[in-house]
Amino acid sequence: MPEKLFRHVGKSPTRSEAIEKVSGRANYVFDLEFPGMLYAKVLHSPYAHAEILSVDLSEAKALTGVKAILTGEDLPYLLGLYMLDKGILARGKVRYIGEPVVAVAAIDLRTAEKAISLIKVDYKVLPAVLTIDEALKGEILVHKDINDLEYVKNVFFPQPDSNIASWNKAIKGDIKQGFAEADVIIENELSLPAVAHVPLETHVAIAKADPFTKRVEIWTSSQSPFGVRQMLAKALGISQGDVRVVVPHIGGGFGGKAGIHLEPLVVVLSRAARGKPVKIIATREEEFSQLPSRAAMRGRVKTGVKYDGKITASEITFDWDSGAYADYGVNVGRAAQYSGAGAYEIPNLEINSRTLYTNKVYSTAYRGFGHLETHWVIERQMDLIAQALKMDPYEFRMKNILREGSVTISGEIINQYSGRPDQCLAAVAKEIGWTGYRSKEEREVSFKTGKVRGKGIACLQKAPAMPSNTATSALLQFDADGNVRVMIGAIDMGQGAMTVMEQIAAEVLDMPLEKVRVSSETDTDKNPYDWSTVASKYTFMGGKAVTRGAMDMLSQMKEVASQILRCPVDELTHGQEKIFIRQNPHKAVSYQDIAMGYLYDNGNSIGGPIIGRGVYIAEGLTFLDPDKGQGLPALDWTFGAHGVELEVDVETGEVQILKISSAFDVGKAINPKLCEGQIIGGVLQGLGSAFMEGFKFSAEGRLLNPSFMDYKIPTSQDIPTIVVPILIENPQADGPFGARGVGEHPMISVPSVIANALYDALGINFYELPLSSEKIALAIARSEAEHKEPLSE
Amino acid sequence: MCENQSQHGPQEHCSTYIDSQQPRVFLSCWVNGEIISAQIDPMITLLNFLRQGLKLLGTKEGCGEGECGACTIIMNGEAVNACLILAVEAQDAEITTVEGLSTGGQLSILQSEFVSQDALQCGFCTPGMLMSARALLDRTLDPTDPEIKEAIAGNLCRCTGYSPIIAAISSTAKKEREERK
Repeated sequence: MPEKLFRHVGKSPTRSEAIEKVSGRANYVFDLEFPGMLYAKVLHSPYAHAEILSVDLSEAKALTGVKAILTGEDLPYLLGLYMLDKGILARGKVRYIGEPVVAVAAIDLRTAEKAISLIKVDYKVLPAVLTIDEALKGEILVHKDINDLEYVKNVFFPQPDSNIASWNKAIKGDIKQGFAEADVIIENELSLPAVAHVPLETHVAIAKADPFTKRVEIWTSSQSPFGVRQMLAKALGISQGDVRVVVPHIGGGFGGKAGIHLEPLVVVLSRAARGKPVKIIATREEEFSQLPSRAAMRGRVKTGVKYDGKITASEITFDWDSGAYADYGVNVGRAAQYSGAGAYEIPNLEINSRTLYTNKVYSTAYRGFGHLETHWVIERQMDLIAQALKMDPYEFRMKNILREGSVTISGEIINQYSGRPDQCLAAVAKEIGWTGYRSKEEREVSFKTGKVRGKGIACLQKAPAMPSNTATSALLQFDADGNVRVMIGAIDMGQGAMTVMEQIAAEVLDMPLEKVRVSSETDTDKNPYDWSTVASKYTFMGGKAVTRGAMDMLSQMKEVASQILRCPVDELTHGQEKIFIRQNPHKAVSYQDIAMGYLYDNGNSIGGPIIGRGVYIAEGLTFLDPDKGQGLPALDWTFGAHGVELEVDVETGEVQILKISSAFDVGKAINPKLCEGQIIGGVLQGLGSAFMEGFKFSAEGRLLNPSFMDYKIPTSQDIPTIVVPILIENPQADGPFGARGVGEHPMISVPSVIANALYDALGINFYELPLSSEKIALAIARSEAEHKEPLSE
Repeated sequence: MCENQSQHGPQEHCSTYIDSQQPRVFLSCWVNGEIISAQIDPMITLLNFLRQGLKLLGTKEGCGEGECGACTIIMNGEAVNACLILAVEAQDAEITTVEGLSTGGQLSILQSEFVSQDALQCGFCTPGMLMSARALLDRTLDPTDPEIKEAIAGNLCRCTGYSPIIAAISSTAKKEREERK
């Protein structure tokens, strides 16, 4: 793509909704109230796995102010993104501690809470499935009806009479032969716990059901208004036109608000309360223990390599402890199927990715889903192999990294427009001054000072995980004064979608940015369709749709201008908010004069309101073949790498990140500052997963840390000393202005790079997250005791 | 059910507010420079009084247990978690919320710096973050980075990674120092 000077693209205007947000005027669903609104509360299951024998609602129903009480028996609806396995409330059986069993809507929260306390449920406790191995054994089934569940066929593969919600496989080449060719075979097991998304605004939803028709209106803190509309309509057997979903500002999502969550519950409560609006606000505890998390995972990896560092074969099994319902979990497992070997060319490969039902809080998409987890396995394994080969892990990665002509694990050929992971790795290695692992002697010397330093590197890749027919659309309309309003279906949860779409529309139309405005509230009754704001795909897909919409406006304006200027359309061009004759620029007509139709001096008029329409549907993607996972799942790959230098206090195990550098091949940064914002924020989220976050469960399956007291996320005290974001721009040929997505990527491989640097610092390898100070300090002590000298290898 | 006993009293239905149903008490305080008097539930938190009673919805709630800082306001010069304080404790107090940061339709320097440094993403923590920053800058216009980090250590932000926030507070201090000269 030739270098071109852009007016708005590549610049960093401030985000368009910033003033609303700093003045306290931005409205979130949490802030919305309607006259006569009722408040909902739910009764949670106290057991991980139990039969519901009876529910006694008599006392609760008698309470003044209670307007509706529902149990699962009242709600024969099944919900699910990919597998219809979940009721609105538990039906017949509870499958995790925290699962909603009964819901109440009352005139205020006090009454709702009182009513909940008066409900009596008799359970017959069943043995529960609480670990990956118990799930695989399959003696107890979380879903006895797994064979009968409706699911998306040929994409997901539930196994009969088992706890395997989906078993996705990738097979490339011949691993038998690959391992036979290897000089060395290295096997490892790595794991990580479930974690929470922690949006600052918990899940909130309000519904208003029309008691006389099927119509329902929903205001929700959701990333997927159109998804909610579709799934709710399907579950309730009504038309999508009967469902209106409105999303104002949302207080963080990170994937946890994708799909459908509290919306159906308030809808059925509002229906039961004869149409009164019903609001539910998840408490922080419910956000942790009732609403979905990121799945725990165990990865077993076996890699064959030649002495020269060339990988010959890889066999990887990912087992996802995905909780009681499939939700996004099965698609997380599927992401591992086509991306689970990292940004490397593996000639012979077998991946088995099994999403498992367990009796724990279920899991869903979390920023870059599947990828932080699989890269924890892969990018640690890359270092572990380099150690075994006594090779520099940088050189080892570079020997195997994807390059033009490489074939990915699903059979896609990397080309000149695919982006350059090698450049990302080289950039961060340079930034942190990578020169290879330190020697044992160097470690010993620094150990005596009480603080040891280490450096690490790691690569990453991710493509949007989405159906092959994922689509989006945009509508662009002129106001009479020549300003442009853009309507999109995406949600801006802080990633800057509105700002970026304004930049793109203003660029294509060659207009001042302040004259272009993207509406900030998404309403499925008004806004054009978008699949869901997930997967780091909106800059690409939305950018294409808005570009096409703006070009549609231009061509409509040229049609009108052609009559006014008496000139063929192909002689016309645009600029300075005018359509003009290329050869005769002073022969021009302004956008404003055409915006609503052109008026001649004699009163005649032509044209009419200019409305641009732009759509984009993923192009060329295929289903993956069910047996080998071959096909084209990826709209675009964004590659990246991290390099880190850290310092460990050998007494306390505390770690300070001195510098972390993160490079991404974004193709073209439409708004570099927003890209850097994603990087700085995403890296810290990754550091949360690396050092402190993780669910702890009791032997009965109770979540032990469902509060900010016991579940810490990074604060301002935990930030790295220096973060250096690097934007690499090898354009994506079909991306808008060459752009690729980068919203999720920054947190991927962060735990891996930390553990890699900890090895450099301490000579100790870590295999389980999180890397708490306690774990590090104990490992140092153990290493000293074992070797009677510090930091031996 | 809560009773609506004065023009500033809580509305009948309130988002996260549960009425204690105890006899009302009289509260008088200053909020964003305006004097407020109201008959209130003695158990209502200051957060719920501000949000439900006064409809100042800028102040958010992220946990209701004083752990996230989304509800931070300034009371008598101190940044406090409004969810942990009873409204009755604010008798005669001077309170500033995010709505009180700007005057005359003009963003304050602090707010403008948050905008220009891109110190926000989803925006839900932003009001509380701004108030912690304001309280710090009211104490000192020459804060060190560690002082800034400490001042906002009780304000959780899941989006920004804090660095742009620290930069915005630091540049505000600089601009306000210059303005004072």
